[in-house]
Amino acid sequence: MTDEPRFDLFHGTRSYIADEGLMADVNCAIALGRPLLVRGEPGTGKTMLARAVAEALGHRLLTWHVKSTTQAKEGLYHYDVVQRLNDSRFGDADVSDIRRYIRMGVLGQAFKAEDQTILLIDEIDKADVEFPNDLLRELDEMAFHIPELDETVSARVRPITIITSNAEKELPDAFLRRCVFHYIAFPDRARIARIVNAHLPDLEGALVDAAVARFYSLRAVQGLRKKPSTSELLDWLAVLARAGVSPDQIARKMPFMGILVKQEQDLELLARTKGWEA
Amino acid sequence: MFDLLLLNLRAQGVPVGLSEWMVFLDGLRRGLAQDMEGLYRFGRSVLVHSETQFDAWDLAFQATFAGVELEPQIHEKFQAWLAEALAGAAPYEGERVEVREDPEELRRMLRERLLEQKERHDGGSKWVGTGGTSPFGSHGKSSGGIRVGEGGGRSAIQVAGERRWADYRVDRELQSRDLLVALRALRRLAKEGPLSLHVDKTIDATAHNAGEIELVEERERRNRVHVVLLMDTGGSMAPHARLVEALFTAASETKGFKSLQALQFHNAPYGWLYEDYRNFKRHPIPELLARWTPEHRLVWVGDASMAPYELFQPWGSGAWDGSGHTTMSGLDWMAAIRKRCPASVWLNPDPPRYWEHPTVRAVGAVFPMFSLTLAGLRDAVRKLRSG
Repeated sequence: MTDEPRFDLFHGTRSYIADEGLMADVNCAIALGRPLLVRGEPGTGKTMLARAVAEALGHRLLTWHVKSTTQAKEGLYHYDVVQRLNDSRFGDADVSDIRRYIRMGVLGQAFKAEDQTILLIDEIDKADVEFPNDLLRELDEMAFHIPELDETVSARVRPITIITSNAEKELPDAFLRRCVFHYIAFPDRARIARIVNAHLPDLEGALVDAAVARFYSLRAVQGLRKKPSTSELLDWLAVLARAGVSPDQIARKMPFMGILVKQEQDLELLARTKGWEA
Repeated sequence: MFDLLLLNLRAQGVPVGLSEWMVFLDGLRRGLAQDMEGLYRFGRSVLVHSETQFDAWDLAFQATFAGVELEPQIHEKFQAWLAEALAGAAPYEGERVEVREDPEELRRMLRERLLEQKERHDGGSKWVGTGGTSPFGSHGKSSGGIRVGEGGGRSAIQVAGERRWADYRVDRELQSRDLLVALRALRRLAKEGPLSLHVDKTIDATAHNAGEIELVEERERRNRVHVVLLMDTGGSMAPHARLVEALFTAASETKGFKSLQALQFHNAPYGWLYEDYRNFKRHPIPELLARWTPEHRLVWVGDASMAPYELFQPWGSGAWDGSGHTTMSGLDWMAAIRKRCPASVWLNPDPPRYWEHPTVRAVGAVFPMFSLTLAGLRDAVRKLRSG
C-alpha cells in the first residue's frame, strides 16, 4: 500500500467525460481506501466508469458480474473438490497438494495481483439481500482466509474498488457506511444529445430534438413509477425513424409510447392526466 | 462547528454513524476538502448513502454553514471578489443605493452581518442573500459590495439552497429491504428437498473407505411455511398503497416460503377473497378454508377502519358483489378464518392513536394487531412463529 494517499489521480479519459463531482468522489475513494458505490438509473454509465478509471490509471480491470444466485464466497476462491476426488480415483496428479485445486475468484485475483487493480463489483443489488454483508470483512481488511490451506490471502496492494447498483433493492446500512457514495444523476439534454448522436448518428436533427423534448416531458410527469431511461429513448428513436414519423407528429402526440412506458399503472396515469394513449 | 453539522444531519433524519463520521473527520484532516464546495461534496459522499437523503443533506449543510464565520481561505476569496466587484461594478438603474467603497469597512460589516444573520434571505436591503439591495450576496442590485458565491458559479451554500434533490427525497418509513429482512425470520427450514450430492460427506466417507468412492446424498433444507397475505384495498387504504405494495414485493422476494398467496378484500371479507379485483377473480372463503391448514400463516393488512355496519351487519358488503353470503357479517367471516388458521396477525398502517375506533377494536379482538412499521412487523413475525 502506498504511504501517502493521493487524491488527484483520476481526471477522466478521452472517451469518458466524467463530471467534476464524480472525479472528486473517485479520488476521494482512492485516498480513503474505501469502495466507491456508484448508483444511478440504468444507462447512466456506471459500469463505464470503472473501465475509464482503469484506463486513466493504467491498471488492470477485474470485473465481478453479480447475478441473483451469486454467493459472496464465489468471489474469494473455489475449492474444486470434485476434480480432486476424480483425480484421486482416476487421475495421476498429486492429490495431496490441495493448492492445485484452489482457484481464485475475482476478489482473490485482485488481492493476489502484484500491481494495483481496479475491482469492479457490478450490479451488487442483483444478489441476495445478505450478499453485501457477507463481503464486509473482506472489503474492510482486504484479506480472507482459506481454511483448506490454513492460509490468509491479503491484498499486496489495496485494489480500487468500484461497486455499481441499480437501486433495485436497498443495500444494508452496515455496507453503505463503508462506502463512498456517488449518485449519477440522469443526463441533461446536452449530454443525452451527445449519447444519441453516438448511438444513432444518422438521425435527422429535427426528429431527435422533437423526440428528446417529448422524452423529457414524459420523465417530468409526476407519479410515474418507472421513468423511461436512455436505452428506451434509443429504442424509441430507432422505431420513430423506421416508421417515418415526422417531428411534427411527435410534438402533437406520443407515437409508440409503449416503448417508453411499460407499466400498466403508468400507462393509465398518462392516459388519464395527459390524454396520451399507447 | 462540525459537531453542529452532525447534529443537524441527525435532526434531518440522516443516520450518520460513528464510523463514517470518523472517516469524514479523518478526510478533513488529510485535506480532502479544500474549500466550501469540497466540503459539501466530500461530506455528502462519505456521510450520505442514498440520493433520497441528498435533500436532507442540503438542508443540514445550509443550517450549519449558512451564516457562520467563514474559513480563512474563504476570507481570501472574499477579498479577491471584493476587489473584482468594486472594479467592475455595473451601473445600476433605478433607486440610488449608497455606494460603500472601502473594502476593509465592507468586509468588517459582512463578517458582523454573517454572525448576526440566522437564516437565508432573498430580497431585502440588509442581510446576506440573493436579490435586494444589500451590498452582500448575489444577484442583487447594490452598485457595490460583496458577492457571496463564486463568480459565474454557485457557492456550496447556494447549491444546497437550491434543493435540487428535493424530488428524490423519500422519508424513510419502511423500505422493502427492511421488510424482507423481517419476513425472513418467518422461514422455518426443514430437510425435505430433493436428494443431492453432499460433497464434504462424500469426501469423508471416501477417505474412510480408503479411496474407494462412496457417494453421500442428502436432502436440501427447504422452508415449509405457507404464507397468505390478505390486503385491504379499499378506499381508505389508498394513502398506504405504496407501503402495502412494498410489503407484497418483499413477501414475493422472500425466497423459500413453501407457498405465498396474496388475496384482496375491501374493508372486510364477505364470503369471497379476491385474487384481483379488477378482473373479478375471486375464491369463496369456505373453499379457501378447506385448502388452508392450521400451518398456514395469515398476514392481514388493513386499517380496519370502516362504518360499523360494514363490519357488524350481515349485509355489510352492500351485497353489491352478488356474493349471496348475507347470513354472516364481515366480523363473522374473520372469526371463521381465525378459527381455521390460528396463526394470524393483523398489520395496521394507521398509527395506534387511531385504533380507538369501534371497528378497529373489534378486529383487534379477533386478530392480534400490530402497526405496519418495522418494529411492528418484527413483533408480528415473532407472534406468527410462536403460533
